[in-house]
Amino acid sequence: MAKPKLKAHVINREWCKGCGICVHFCPKSVLELDEADKVFAARRSDCICCHLCELRCPDLAIEIETEQDG
Amino acid sequence: MAIKDYIRERFFPHIWCPGCGHGTVLNSLLRTVSQLGMSRNEIVMVSGIGCSSRISGYVDFHTLHTLHGRALAFATGVKLSRPELNLIVPMGDGDALAIGGNHFIHAARRNIDLTAIVMNNRIYGMTGGQYSPLSGHGTLATTAPYTNIDYAFDTVELATAAGASFVARSTTYHVQQLAKILKQAILHEGFSVVEVLTQCPTYFGRKNRLGSAADMMEDYKNNTTPIGSKAKKENPDLIERGVFVQKEIPEYCSEYDKIIERAMKGK
Ligand SMILES: Cc1ncc(C[n+]2csc(CCOP(=O)(O)OP(=O)(O)O)c2C)c(N)n1
Ligand code: SF4
Repeated sequence: MAKPKLKAHVINREWCKGCGICVHFCPKSVLELDEADKVFAARRSDCICCHLCELRCPDLAIEIETEQDG
Repeated sequence: MAIKDYIRERFFPHIWCPGCGHGTVLNSLLRTVSQLGMSRNEIVMVSGIGCSSRISGYVDFHTLHTLHGRALAFATGVKLSRPELNLIVPMGDGDALAIGGNHFIHAARRNIDLTAIVMNNRIYGMTGGQYSPLSGHGTLATTAPYTNIDYAFDTVELATAAGASFVARSTTYHVQQLAKILKQAILHEGFSVVEVLTQCPTYFGRKNRLGSAADMMEDYKNNTTPIGSKAKKENPDLIERGVFVQKEIPEYCSEYDKIIERAMKGK
């Protein structure tokens, strides 16, 4: 199977509470919190699409969209 | 279905504090149900009272938000009248094992086909950080300002001794394992107990100076180990994760059906 290609980090800013769990555990340090304490993909091209941020997010606020997702 | 199709979006963002592990339990559960391809109509979630119990408001299944400690009693009633439905009963550690302790052991003893999820944050979150039967010796709580002298139950040992036919433990750090265990628990026919170590950064974390939610999850990573690992032999203080019990024994509703059949024959 081909390696999944990142389309977007889909972030729901209204649901994100800035807990920092995704930022802390991202194996590639892709994510950061902005001045409003909302997550954003600071180093987007480093993302390996492991989905760990999405799986751990307590607020269902981040989703990794890949090309395969259509 | 996508996980968003299983929630009541109108109630989001949810009421849980930033970094509360209860949201991650919800996340894992939604993925499990989605992977199993279950329909919203075949699941009944029954909860009691507590931060954890608020979970039933967010899922778009059949839901019952009942009384503190009594979720298993209500769930037993639902299951006996509609045995074809899948019952999921998430509970806080106080809910499940303090006020609800008796319901818990007897549901286990009967082996009724329910999936009980004990969301163990070692504290009463909703009411402001009182110690629970899972806080453990030496911990701090609003009701134990000079440290708690009570020892904790071990949920896994308790459930096993009471007769549960599926018993497992995972954490909010180990989300892949958690989803896998939840899947097995839902598919298991009989009383399933899944203990999930879930952080309450607001009360347990702050009182016990455990740092941020992510720090508390680091502790789950560092202080737990797969069942029977070499690490456990070297360090007995590590908490084991995985499936402890999985056995096929007669399930309560099927046994009850046999009784009805016998009674109908007049014998
Ligand atoms: C019969 C009854 N007794 C006490 C309470 C008060 N009360 C509400 S939630 C709760 C404990 C919550 O702790 P836990 O079950 O561990 O869940 P958490 O909030 O930590 O998720 C208590 C004692 C109540 N609502 N009903
Ligand atoms: S008080 Fe604790 S258990 Fe309750 S929502 Fe906040 S972090 Fe979660």
